[in-house]
Amino acid sequence: MKYSSQMVAKPYFIFALILLAGEIVFGLAMGVQYLYGDFLFPAIPFNVLRMVHTNLLIVLLLFGFMGATYFLIPEESERELWSPMLAKLTFWVFAAAGVATILGYLFVPYATLSASLANSFWPTMGREFLEQPTITKVGIVLVVLSYIFNTTMTVIKGRKTTISVILLTGLFGLAFFFLFAFYVPQNLAMDKFFWWFVVHLWVEGTWELILGALLAFVLIKTTGVDREHIDKWLYLIIAMTLISGLAGTGHHFFYIGTPGYWLWIGSIASAAEPIPFFLMILFAFNMAKNRRIVHDNKIALTWAKGTAVVGFLGAGVWGFFHTLAPVNYYTHGTQLTAAHGHLSFFGAYVMICFTLISYAMPILRGRPHGNGPKSQKVELTSFWMMVIGMIGLTLALTVAGIMQIEMQRLPDAANAMGFMETQAAISTVYMVRLAFGVMVFLGLLTYFYSFFVKEEKAVA
Amino acid sequence: MPKYLTIKEPYPPGDFAIWIIVYVELLTFGLLFAGYAFSRRINLQMFNDSQLLLNQSIGFINTLILISSSFFIVKAVQKIKNETNENSYKSSIIASKWLLSAMLLGIIFLMLKLTEFSHLFEQGITLSTNTFFMFYLLLTMFHFMHVSLGVIILFNLHHKTKAQGYSQNDCRGLETGAIYWHLVDLLWIVLFPLVYIIR
Repeated sequence: MKYSSQMVAKPYFIFALILLAGEIVFGLAMGVQYLYGDFLFPAIPFNVLRMVHTNLLIVLLLFGFMGATYFLIPEESERELWSPMLAKLTFWVFAAAGVATILGYLFVPYATLSASLANSFWPTMGREFLEQPTITKVGIVLVVLSYIFNTTMTVIKGRKTTISVILLTGLFGLAFFFLFAFYVPQNLAMDKFFWWFVVHLWVEGTWELILGALLAFVLIKTTGVDREHIDKWLYLIIAMTLISGLAGTGHHFFYIGTPGYWLWIGSIASAAEPIPFFLMILFAFNMAKNRRIVHDNKIALTWAKGTAVVGFLGAGVWGFFHTLAPVNYYTHGTQLTAAHGHLSFFGAYVMICFTLISYAMPILRGRPHGNGPKSQKVELTSFWMMVIGMIGLTLALTVAGIMQIEMQRLPDAANAMGFMETQAAISTVYMVRLAFGVMVFLGLLTYFYSFFVKEEKAVA
Repeated sequence: MPKYLTIKEPYPPGDFAIWIIVYVELLTFGLLFAGYAFSRRINLQMFNDSQLLLNQSIGFINTLILISSSFFIVKAVQKIKNETNENSYKSSIIASKWLLSAMLLGIIFLMLKLTEFSHLFEQGITLSTNTFFMFYLLLTMFHFMHVSLGVIILFNLHHKTKAQGYSQNDCRGLETGAIYWHLVDLLWIVLFPLVYIIR
């Protein structure tokens, strides 16, 4: 570890992993509910499980990004973090607020939670992914602002690199677009329209900048390729991301009461969205091929390459499947959307967190060359378990989606099956989905185990 | 080195990244052009009627402007590529003037386009008026943004060329900018007959 303040990243990484375990557990519980509807009922109904599952995902990714930033920025800026104390304080505030919110979701009926936290004063609750009480949202803003302030001050006072500038741009974008979480128009079409300003412009805009910067950092460290070479790729990817991603928001404005031109803008712009992800694959594999050093932490590079490939599959390929308006007319909100959502979030964002954790945690634990070979072998097993598990889960959901479209969407109103009837008809596929979900969870447990693998000491 | 041997010119010229951008842009505009053609087939009369509201003269002048500006850029690149040690300063100054001329033409294109847009907006035409105007405004506004970026690029190229920032052996940046401007020109050359002329 070059700078002692990088140590503040450690609790962020650990907490992100704990939240990921929680997210998967709640996901599995939902998987069971798809098969046995009264599982955990009335204690935790499906809507609460879903809310916890998705909110945990967002919070764990924010923790992951924060940890990654606090590890990366001192090295990029060649100086200590502006305020390690602020970073530690932010961690505890965010963790406490996050835990309190999740407990609130689990133990207090949502309507009661809304009433007791004076949501009517400034109503922001009740929207998918943004269910957090207004007061929690204000907390998120404060935490994110302190995080950005700390990072910006470090960058301003130190060396400015392409990676740090792009990362900061992504973070400012993240903060800016979250402000739309506080704007809830009365008109339902307008409500949805601005809701996507947070959801889409986070995951298909600003977060991609963060992803690109984090990926580039790990690639520089593990391949030793010239910064100049990496910077050029990064600019190209970012340019493509912004061009396709910003106008690509239009693919969420199909058939929701917005003007018809969005069908064209959304279809064409988002058809280009896989391109930056494909460039990321070329980027990662090109860097690995032209590497000038062989880093002992091989698994970090494996995660980096995996992020590019699975991100492209999940966000690029599975996104493209249903991004054209005439196709989306039938697929909207089916399990095909869920398939895309799962693999893209895992491939692009959860895996980049794993990449950073796999690179940084050994260093933070006093192993600058990475974990020992035994531990890396266990981690590689966990990598494949999680990747295969997620791809299997995605394929199962894709099959479920196609069946759902065939039974529920394609036939005319007289012959179409109802939602619940369709769900019952595809329950076998949900069983397969659940099995792959279990595999992902076992993969995560294997990943946890890799932290505790004892290496055999060399005999003198 | 014997006289009949010359150093192989790097191919393709310019930075490799610009070629990826070129292909992506051609693909994106190509999809819009195909969408236009497809929609026009469905409602030919409405497309033809709406087309009459466009100012073909301005469109034609703009075509000449962009083709001329592309020619000026070719002259600038040629000047730098053919420079010698003795005339490098003079070559850079002449090349920078070609670039400045191309940039000024780009600005005139933008101004003419703005008058066209304001004229249409005054008539209450928007993206939602009909499918023809949706395509017309999408294509031309998207192209307008590209020309605007191109003008900024040309300004930077002019500035650097004037400061003798490019030489016969090191002009990749200049070639990269030139390729972008030719792309902008090429897109207009397809867009103009497709949207303004073909009936």
